[in-house]
Amino acid sequence: MHISEGILSPEILLAGAAGTAIGISIGLRSLENKDIPKVALLTSAFFVASLIHVPIGPSSSHLVLNGLMGIILGWEAFPAIFVGLALQAVLFQFGGLTTLGINTFNMAAPAIISYYITRPFLRREGMGAVGLLACAAAGGGSIMLSALLVTLSLAMSGEGLEAIGRLIFVVHIPVAIIEALIAAFTVNFLLRLRPDIIIPEKTV
Amino acid sequence: MIRTPLTAANSLIQLTDTRIKLLSAAGFSTMVACTKTLEVAVVALATSLCMVILAGLPARQLFSRLITANLFILAIWCITPFTTPGHVVISTWIFKASKEGLVQALFITLRCNAILFVNLALLSTSNPFSLAYALLALRVPLKLVHLFFFSWRYLHVLNKEYERAQIMLKTRGFDPGTNLHTYKTYAYLVGILLIKGYDRANRVHKAMLCRGFNGTFRPFHRLHLGSKDSILGIIMFLLITMLAAMEWIPDLHR
Repeated sequence: MHISEGILSPEILLAGAAGTAIGISIGLRSLENKDIPKVALLTSAFFVASLIHVPIGPSSSHLVLNGLMGIILGWEAFPAIFVGLALQAVLFQFGGLTTLGINTFNMAAPAIISYYITRPFLRREGMGAVGLLACAAAGGGSIMLSALLVTLSLAMSGEGLEAIGRLIFVVHIPVAIIEALIAAFTVNFLLRLRPDIIIPEKTV
Repeated sequence: MIRTPLTAANSLIQLTDTRIKLLSAAGFSTMVACTKTLEVAVVALATSLCMVILAGLPARQLFSRLITANLFILAIWCITPFTTPGHVVISTWIFKASKEGLVQALFITLRCNAILFVNLALLSTSNPFSLAYALLALRVPLKLVHLFFFSWRYLHVLNKEYERAQIMLKTRGFDPGTNLHTYKTYAYLVGILLIKGYDRANRVHKAMLCRGFNGTFRPFHRLHLGSKDSILGIIMFLLITMLAAMEWIPDLHR
């Protein structure tokens, strides 16, 4: 779900970079030194998980999981997604330095919203049907919101690019349905098995 | 799957200081992303192609990267010329391609490939460790560099876990399809990966504390700039300045 190099206009690239810089600085401020290995290893886990290809009808898609990252990491999802995309750029040459800002913003902003809409429902003893629905809404909604941001970035960069943006949006509707299911099942699984990952214990 | 085959090249560019490469790549990419002049885009593509050749990267990996990146470009060629309003140059049946749309697609192709080439030549030839040190030297926040470094360091470990889980699913006859069972299984797989990562992180953190980790990052090799590094840096600086002059000083490129 990221936009290649050389497509967007400089203004959009700059706006994306600025938004990402703000997001990362908020994320890093709340990140304590002792939590760095935890966030880093969760980032690599999400990176590997996003290599999973799930079948959708006759086609398949890889997981994005930005909603789930938001639910688990909160504001730290901003630096985490940034690092994930930077790793993609260095390892696979997907995207490069100039699109890192806008691509991070398009994926991380919905992740932060996911965090706020699911937090009230997550309890160590479980989350109930409403919590399950909130997680599904966060997982699926993040994909749709990211696709919308991608479409807007393209549309604002050139008149002719709007059509391709719309196509990208439509293609992501089935992906969103699957991400909704994955987010809800994963959070439910973790809450039952390892609630400390979702709700960290208060340490002195 | 997660390897860095391109760092194996043993060329002049490969051995250049990573800070110089990182700054050059950033400057060059930014310049190319901003250009609206055809000459600048063509010169940028030509010079970045020279850099890839100088970097001596293995041809097969190079081609596979080029093809992946250009698939999206192909989609743009198929759609953009017909959706951009303007002077119609090609008209078949109901589809009318405008000159403006074709020009835009051409620009995107040139810019995208020039940036890809420069990334391949300058960034993919650096190993993760020197990249982390270079980021620190360039005053990127310490916490962010730590995140980057640890994520990279443990990517292989978690990828191994993923491969093991795949074998486990296969031995139990898991047959993925479009059904709830498949998505539930994959969700639990994501959950397992997160648990493995989390537990590993706790052990890594404890091990670091045992070894007296105090939050600083100590380079194993001192970075130092040699004359070769400075020469490459100066060449890149002159190149970027030249492109900028061609772009923004009127009448220079005509």
